[in-house]
Amino acid sequence: MDIKDIMKPENMVYSKTPVLTSTTMHYCPGCSHGTVHKLIAEVIEEMGIQEKTIGISPVGCAVFAYNYVDIDWQQAAHGRAPALATATKRLHPEKYVFTYQGDGDLASIGTAEIMHACNRGENIVVIFINNGIYGMTGGQMAPTTLIGMKTATSPYGRDPKLHGMPLKITNLIAQLDGTCYVTRQAVHNAAAARKTKRAIRKAFENSALGKGTSFVEVVSTCNSGWKLSPVAANEWMVENMFPEYPMGDLKDR
Amino acid sequence: MALRGAIVVDTEKCKGCSVCVVNCPTQTIALAREVNSKGYNYAYMASPESCTGCTNCATVCPDTCITVYRIKV
Repeated sequence: MDIKDIMKPENMVYSKTPVLTSTTMHYCPGCSHGTVHKLIAEVIEEMGIQEKTIGISPVGCAVFAYNYVDIDWQQAAHGRAPALATATKRLHPEKYVFTYQGDGDLASIGTAEIMHACNRGENIVVIFINNGIYGMTGGQMAPTTLIGMKTATSPYGRDPKLHGMPLKITNLIAQLDGTCYVTRQAVHNAAAARKTKRAIRKAFENSALGKGTSFVEVVSTCNSGWKLSPVAANEWMVENMFPEYPMGDLKDR
Repeated sequence: MALRGAIVVDTEKCKGCSVCVVNCPTQTIALAREVNSKGYNYAYMASPESCTGCTNCATVCPDTCITVYRIKV
């Protein structure tokens, strides 16, 4: 059979969702952000909530998320996305509101906002991209940086005596009574990406049911910041990040 | 019953990150020697006869530049 006979519209099993715009993403080759954006867009398409979803973009590489996912967006000051999401959800309770934040945004400058928004149990979804580094500003150490990991501001590796221990913020958030669903996922291979998509869908459904805050951590790579190729960065993540940040649901009620 | 598949890569959007190459269970995909206008070696179907249309490559593609077709033969 000729390959041209397979490439017919009726045989198509996967194509770009129309919720993603045709703009080429500015992210580095192999960046996990692109994959997570796509999964969010696919969930929005499958649930048919494109007109009812409001995203809050963070400060960091993903600040331009509004160029790529074709929904309504707001852009928050650094770390303040949960506060803006709280206001948006309370003013428009019928909308699906989610924040998209990195580890520098959520686990460092925005710790107060995320803790209190989760503790109040706002009916929002939080997508937390944890790559253990500040990607956009040039690879500085983040609260989630692993012990011994070299960054621009810890060139000899993170030393617990000097820099403290890595912050497992998702474990802290799972303790808060306001959260209904707290999970940690990854997107390094197809199986993990499909699981992450199911987790994101569940989080959006929880938001409609008014069960409280849903928190989805995605352990990700920053291959430019880690100074590795995209494939090597994924392998490094499985080897080093997963023991510190194990996959799975921390809370589901 | 066997599955035959095919992929179409948007070569201008592809950044040649190779994540699809390592995620392909049948080693169908490789990076081309040629580059696109941005200078990236884009992904292409190196052995079209082995593709099963499993969609793994498209699922992990960060730039969503892969379209997948599948038929039962």
